[in-house]
Amino acid sequence: MDQHLKILVVDDFATMRKVIRNLLKQVGYENIVEAEDGITAFRALKSQKIDLIISDWNMPNMTGLELLKTVRADEELKITPFLMVTAEALQDNVIAAVKAGVSNYIVKPFTAEVLNEKIKKIIEKLA
Amino acid sequence: MDVKFINPFLEGTVSVLKTMAMTEPIAGKPYLKKDNQSRGDVSGIIGFTGSARGSLAISFSKSSILKIISNMLGENYCEINGEVRDAVGEITNMISGVARKNLEAQGLNIQAAIPTIVSGENHAILHVLGGSSIIIPFETKAGPFYVDVCLNMQR
Repeated sequence: MDQHLKILVVDDFATMRKVIRNLLKQVGYENIVEAEDGITAFRALKSQKIDLIISDWNMPNMTGLELLKTVRADEELKITPFLMVTAEALQDNVIAAVKAGVSNYIVKPFTAEVLNEKIKKIIEKLA
Repeated sequence: MDVKFINPFLEGTVSVLKTMAMTEPIAGKPYLKKDNQSRGDVSGIIGFTGSARGSLAISFSKSSILKIISNMLGENYCEINGEVRDAVGEITNMISGVARKNLEAQGLNIQAAIPTIVSGENHAILHVLGGSSIIIPFETKAGPFYVDVCLNMQR
């Protein structure tokens, strides 16, 4: 398990970014950068090497789904693992995210252990 | 309001606070509320449309929310500041998400708006539908909070 992964956490709620950062730290991930929406996230992705994106679904300016589509359409970024965070697992949303190429998704509320399991599964698929 | 709407919100509240804030709230007996006054010091309010229409308000006493947010964010909070209000919005959003997922299992497809936050002593809770609502009172070791739901099936 690579605890040195550089993880981009994208959420418009500062407190939720802090919650996810704390959960990631609990399971050993320290290399974390943050973005408050999809547009800022995309800029961060173009300017530095990111190993995993953890993005909220509902955000102003550019939603998590729009960010996912933008990443998958970008030649440099298209294989970057993408974990979608959502407050609900409504079927239509899940189908839309899978169609757009999401690596996995996680439904709030979740524990550090569940988050870690999701990350492990994504990384195992890449190996 | 249809009583089948109560359990999904009750379960959502317990699940979110237990998972995200290591807090185990104890639910009291639901009752009808006929006024629009909040029972807490800070409230998250979210509107619903779709198979059912209405709104959910979660009103926390100052002591309960400060403990919940301190647990959730791993820092001590002593006042209801912007960060606490922001977290109340996120908690409201998460409870709404779990409840709507549970309601989806009952065949109801409900969409939620973005939560708004109101704070201050004796602030008003203005439900989308107006009229009376159902209160589910909860107790935590740090104090009470109230889930206030006003939801009706769309005809």
